[in-house]
Amino acid sequence: MKNLRILTVTLAIASVIFTTTSCKDNKKEQNNVSEDHSEMNNDNSDGHHDEEKKEIAMSGNQDGNAESVLKDYFSLKDALVSDDNEKAKGLGTTLAKSFGNLDTSKYSDNQKTELKEIIEDATEHAEHISESDIKHQREHFKILSKDITDMVAITGTATKLYEQFCPMYDGGTAWLSTKEEVRNPYYGSQMLKCGKVQREIN
Amino acid sequence: MKILKVIAIIALVVLVGIQFVPTEPNQNDVTPQTDFMLVNEVPIAIQNQFKVSCYDCHSNNTNYPWYNKVQPVAWFLENHIKEGKAELNFNEWENYSDRRKNSKLRSIIKQIENGEMPMDSYTLIHRGAKLDSLAKNEIINYMNNLKIKN
Repeated sequence: MKNLRILTVTLAIASVIFTTTSCKDNKKEQNNVSEDHSEMNNDNSDGHHDEEKKEIAMSGNQDGNAESVLKDYFSLKDALVSDDNEKAKGLGTTLAKSFGNLDTSKYSDNQKTELKEIIEDATEHAEHISESDIKHQREHFKILSKDITDMVAITGTATKLYEQFCPMYDGGTAWLSTKEEVRNPYYGSQMLKCGKVQREIN
Repeated sequence: MKILKVIAIIALVVLVGIQFVPTEPNQNDVTPQTDFMLVNEVPIAIQNQFKVSCYDCHSNNTNYPWYNKVQPVAWFLENHIKEGKAELNFNEWENYSDRRKNSKLRSIIKQIENGEMPMDSYTLIHRGAKLDSLAKNEIINYMNNLKIKN
């Protein structure tokens, strides 16, 4: 009986030590993960810089960074057009990363502030898209589209864009497309061609 | 039989052991100047409702239930609150840009409309946190008016 008591006490102490230390380890790990993450982002941005250089070399004068955000946005839009929830999730993650890499250093202070706000907001929407069902993805895509439109107003783009508008979705909602023909990302196959071009950019 | 006894004892010991693991309570005496209630003129009824229905997980001050003293419940709550505050912290309202305020307002309205917030797991225990349709409408109207036009 005495032995048993000693055993219990030892176990209690051991488990306390175990749980507290394992808790600390967890915290450490979390820190490490976030550090790794930022390193990863840096790596990515380097990758994008290379791409940017290539693109600049190819087409002369354009902002590769904003272009890569746009590229991801359009892939995401296409995934929503084809009702592909899983694909849109993955592209949400990609888009959030591209926003993280967006280089704002060459803009004026006012533009920097606005871009920072856009990036902050848009990243959050992109992250939500990466973990939501398609209904929520579309809700977030609406605001994301506004963020992207405002971004393009500052950064410009080499591509011709069409701002399209669907009067039915959530009291009227816009999005951007590289093609003139309407493919609705808010309804997908349910109402593929609902909407019209309301503005051309470039 | 002996093995069963040993397992039961170990389980008990672990359960007792984890009670000593500290959690960091989400509690602050001071409400920052950036708080939603301080920067907006919020009607008293909505203020009270927000405190009961939202502020436990969406501010720096949680009114803890007694069972928060028990592990692993406390961990579960800690996690919930951390997530809730990352999404939306009413205490930090004025630190959000206009763009983000609008985004947050939109999400708040949508989630209240759809009954996604306050969460079922929360209203199950906090009966007063549940929003009836009257309270919902009142909040949604108020939040709609807060949207910044541009």
